[in-house]
Order: sequence, then structure tokens, then C-alpha cells
Amino acid sequence: MNKILLIIQREYLTRIQKKSFWISSILTPLIFTAIYAIPIWLATRDKEVKKIEVVDQSGLFNQENLKDRELEFVFVNKSQNQIQKAGIPEDVSAIMWISKDILQNNTGLQFYSQKPMSLILQENLEDLVQSKVRQELLSKAGINKTIYENTQVKIKSKSVVISEEGAEKDSSSGGIMILSGILGFILYLTVLIYGSQVMNGVIEEKSSRIIEVLISSVKPFQLMMGKILGLGLVGITQFLLWAVLTFSFSQIATQINGTNPKTQAVIQSMPKEKQQIVQNEMANSDSLDVMKVVDNVLNNTNIPLVLFSFLFYYLFGYLLYSSIFAAIGSAVESPAEAQQFTMVVTIPIIISFFLAQITLQEPDSTLAFWASIFPLTSPVNMIVRIPFGVPVWELILSMALLIIGFLGISWISARIYRVGILMYGKKASWKELRKWMFYKI
Amino acid sequence: MILKIKDVSKSYANHTALKNINLEIPQGKIFGLLGPNGAGKTSLIRIINQITGPDIGTILFDGVELNPSHIEQIGYLPEERGLYKKMKVGEQLLYLAQLKGMSKSHATEQLKKWFIKFDIKDWWEKPVDDLSKGMQQKIQFISTIVHEPKLLILDEPFSGFDPINANLLKDEILTLKEKGTSIIFSTHRMESVEELCDEIALINKSEVVLSGNKNEIRNQFKQHKYKLEYKGELKSGSSFELLSNFNGIASIRMNQGVSSNQVLQELIGKVEVLAFAEIIPSFNDIFIEVVSNPKN
Repeated sequence: MNKILLIIQREYLTRIQKKSFWISSILTPLIFTAIYAIPIWLATRDKEVKKIEVVDQSGLFNQENLKDRELEFVFVNKSQNQIQKAGIPEDVSAIMWISKDILQNNTGLQFYSQKPMSLILQENLEDLVQSKVRQELLSKAGINKTIYENTQVKIKSKSVVISEEGAEKDSSSGGIMILSGILGFILYLTVLIYGSQVMNGVIEEKSSRIIEVLISSVKPFQLMMGKILGLGLVGITQFLLWAVLTFSFSQIATQINGTNPKTQAVIQSMPKEKQQIVQNEMANSDSLDVMKVVDNVLNNTNIPLVLFSFLFYYLFGYLLYSSIFAAIGSAVESPAEAQQFTMVVTIPIIISFFLAQITLQEPDSTLAFWASIFPLTSPVNMIVRIPFGVPVWELILSMALLIIGFLGISWISARIYRVGILMYGKKASWKELRKWMFYKI
Repeated sequence: MILKIKDVSKSYANHTALKNINLEIPQGKIFGLLGPNGAGKTSLIRIINQITGPDIGTILFDGVELNPSHIEQIGYLPEERGLYKKMKVGEQLLYLAQLKGMSKSHATEQLKKWFIKFDIKDWWEKPVDDLSKGMQQKIQFISTIVHEPKLLILDEPFSGFDPINANLLKDEILTLKEKGTSIIFSTHRMESVEELCDEIALINKSEVVLSGNKNEIRNQFKQHKYKLEYKGELKSGSSFELLSNFNGIASIRMNQGVSSNQVLQELIGKVEVLAFAEIIPSFNDIFIEVVSNPKN
């Protein structure tokens, strides 16, 4: 037992000391944070203010109804002829020409610019003019501004689950789907990454020929389990680092964005309606969405159960797959040679990942049920189902089968491993591996 | 006896690796385990190291049936040996020593002594990758003996060693023997056997074909041949037979029942004798003879 601990310790420490471990531990949360922090930053940062000259023939527009925090409007009096002769002044992005009959003629808006205008700018200006024109038309038809605004309702839905016990729950299925998807994906990725690291570790020991020294000190099974457990702990360490760092980075990012005085100043300097718009925009932006979803999910899922099951399915899913990876590593002498065998492991992992996409859409379907019961696919699929709620008996059956599956597969793997590590110069084939299982040592 | 091997047999799927092996490895001696490649030496060594087990037969270590607690009393330098390339030398040796049951502090202390002895103090923090092959072999040797095993098993220890390191290793092996360590020395290169071994066993095709004290075996294989340097003209005489003769150097075989003095007297009468010495068979000769004529 003491020796297994030594092996775990070595495997753990040598990986943790590698630069690549820390790079991926820090980079991944940074990328996660950036994905939602950058859009907010882009939305609220100061932009260069563009100058627009307005030639208003209709007399409907003034500084009050043409307002945009990125645009400065200057009212001028020029004829179209003058504009064409004199050209566009250097500091002006565009000249907006509004025709006299703009209320009747929807093509009565024209722009002049030195360079082609950006589509976004053009649409922005169109929207501003359009909104004023609509208002005018409505008030001419006898509908005032307040009535108009009151008609602009937006419908938002809420889905409620009534469980067998009769308790009412806000299911917030969008958030749960995201949580399930993330959990399933992390599980899939880490089993694949750390499983193949187990294989490469075994190949390293075999090809560097240190293996014979090692197994004259410890039993092959101890060596295999020590390696698998040590790397599993590295995986758990990485999860924890990811979780803690993502949380801290996002806190920092929110702080920077939220307390940016410029952002606040810009919002406050705007007219009331516009402030409303910006605040709505921010409320709809990705970051606050994520926060809302996280809040919803935290309130509506059984977090201890999710955490426990995640660790359980990670641990046993990883143990099961990595013991196969270890057996494969023992049978070959180079990673290239291992390729013909790794299919056996990667195919079920990839299949379970694809099944998980279906499970995510329909967590209560028959397919999802079987996918979350069968040991080779259950880790990824059950973890996807759990946030949606799974009957207790299904969970227990799935966990029990996974443990049995792990014991069976690791027994077979260990039998192949103890023979494989001593075999050199013999090209392993499936037939050969089957024979090794029955060798007496 | 440090090791008694009784009736040990081992077979794999389709071949017999060891057939009915009986050997006694003496305490505090160097025991040569000889034999051509594929004879079964490594299979036997793996059984002693408990990497594999015998199909039948027993092995007694210091009078007790071999069991996992003995692992810590055995040091094993395999023929195919390696180290973790990315790991630092010191860390690696500590790890291997701890796997052999040493405490971390004791292992550190012992390793430091060896580092001073081999004059490699500044290697502790180096990754193995940075060492030359010869340097790595020193590290491997230290890892084999740092836990002061009672029984040391060296499988082709000199393969790949340059002459300087080979000498260093030889001296260390002899020092260890003086301190009472029993050593099994497995090789197919006979010249090292002559210098180092006290006893030998020759394994061929899974069986022990010859075993015993080195000198006794040599005497047993003496063929009453002599080497002669002379001046004059030489023909076979009544007491000897001429085997080869070229340029004043001849080899002769004494006839049965005569002594070397009688031969010499006859020779003195015929030629001027410059040198006369018995040809003692080398282990190479014995090895080849036994392996190619199994009936002897």
C-alpha cells in the first residue's frame, strides 16, 4: 500500500511540476472569462465620436431627436449641388440629406461620404430617422407617443416543473442544458486526455526500460493503479484550478467592467430613453445572461448531488477507460504502434459523447436511459441527465453497473498489462492480447 | 547458502524456459550464471526477483521460502535497463530507493555517500536526459545497491560500459563481495567470468548442464595439453603427441600415464626448450565444448 502511495506521489508531482500543466490550468479559465467579458467591454468602452452633417429639408429633426453617443450631429444648410461641388469636409464622416417629403417618401434619405460608409453607421442613422418618421405618422393618425410605447411589449416565458411530490419548481431548462452540456463535455475531455496520458506513461516506462527495475520492487498491479490514480488526482487538481480561477477571473472582469467610471459617466450623460436602452443592452449581454443562468441553476438544481455524481462518474469513468489505456500501453513500444489499439477506447468515448448530444435534447428518452446505464457510455450521459432530475433507482443501477464494469475491465487490463510490460520485440495483435489474459505468471 | 533453488520448472505458452533447475548460490561469493542467449538465464532471474513465479519447484532465500518481504533484500540490475529521462537524478534515485523500502532520510544519506564516492556530487539536480550513457549506467548501478541488498543480481552488467567504467564497476563488485554480499552474475561473455566468479552454473536449452567451483571445473576440463616453444626439429615422441607445430611454437598432448617431467625429459633430448606450460582451458572453450557437445 505504502508503495502505491509512492507511485501516486511521483506521478502526481512530476505532472504538477510541468509547465504545460500550469499553462493549461491558467489559460483555459482566461479564455472562458474572455468569452463573456470581452463583449461587455466592447459594448461599454469609449468610442471615437463621428461627426455627421445634417441637411434637414423637412424641419422635423433637431438635436433632441437625433442623439447617439457615438455620433455628433451638426445641422447645416447646403443644397445638393453645393455638396457635390464643395465635397465632404475632412472631419465629417458623412452628410445626411433628408428630403422635404420624408413623411411620404421612404427613399427621401440620402448620404454623401468620401469613403463608402460602414453598414452599421448607415443602419444606425436610418433607424434614428425612421423612428422619428414613425412617431410623426402615428401622431398624425391620432396615436400619441405613450400609447405607442405601451404597445411595444416583449413576451418572456418561464417553464415550471411539477414533480411527483407536487413541489413546484422553476425548471429554467436553458441554464440546466448549459450546465449539463458543460459537465458532460469536461468529463468527456478529461477522460480522453488523462486516459491517453496513462497510456503514454506506460509506454514511456516500457520503452525506456525502467519497467523491469520497477517491477522487481513493486507488483505490476500496484504500478498500474498507482499511475492511474496519480494521474486521476492531477485531473481533479486541474478541475479545481479551473473552477477557482474561472470564478476569480470573472469576478475581476465584472469589477473592472462594472466600476469603470467612464462607462457609468457615458450612461448617465445620455437622455433617459437612451439610458434605458443601454441598460437593457447590458442586461441582455452575454455576461449578465450567464450570471442570471448561473443564479437560476444554483437555485434550482441539487448542487451537492451534481457535485457528488460528477466526481463519482469522473472517477469511475476515468478508472475504467484509463485501465484499458494502460493495457494498450503495455502491449506496445511506441505511441505510433499504439494507434491501432486506441480505437477500442476512443470509439466508445466518442460514441458516448455523441449520444450525450441526444441525451441533452431529450433527457428522458429511452436512448438516454440506456446510454446512462451502460458502463462505457454512462459517465458522460448520466452526468448530462442528472441536472434535469433522474429517478433514484436509475442512478443507483447506473453507478452499480459502472463499478462492476470498472472491476471487470481493470481485471482484464491488469492481466494483459502484467504480461505486456515484459514483452519486447513481439508485435502485439488482438489474438496475442487475448492469449496474454490467460497466461500464468 | 543465500539461495537454494529446488526442482524449478517454468514454461510459457509454447516453450519451456526452465527445466528442473537445481542450484545453490553460496553466501558471500560471486556466482556466475552462464549460458547462451535464450538459454533461460533471464527467466530464472525473474523468478528470483518474483517478477514471475515458477510453475513447480521451490526457492529458499536464507533458508526461508521466497516471499515478497525478500524484495527489499535483493538488488537487481537488469540487462535491459533504463531510467525516467525527464526526472532529476537525485529525485529518481530517491524514488527507486524508497520503492525498495528505504526511508527518505536514510536513502538521502546513503545516496549522498555514493555521489561522493563516484565523484558526481553536482549531478543531483540534473535531468537524466543530460547525462551520457556511461553516466546513466553509474546511476543505475547506484540504484541497484543503495539499499545494501544481501543478494545482488547483475544481468550482463558490463554491456555498454567503457573500459574505465567497467573497471570501476568491477572494483565495486569485489568490494561488495568482501563486505559479504552474495552476487549472481549473469553473462554470456566468458572473459569476465574468469576474473570475478567463484562458482558457476552453465545453463543451456533450459537446463543446468554444468555447475560447481570455477577451478574444479577447469581442472575437470583439462586435456593434458602443453604449449611448447623450442629450437630444433620436433616430431611426436613416445610420451606425447604433436597436435600442432608452427614456427617454433607447438602444442602437444601428453600420453596417458606419463608425467610432465617425463615429457620434458624426452623433449630436452630432441630440441632446445625455450618455454613449456600447461594449456588451461578457458571458460570460452569449456562453454563452447559443453554447448556444442551436450553429451559431455
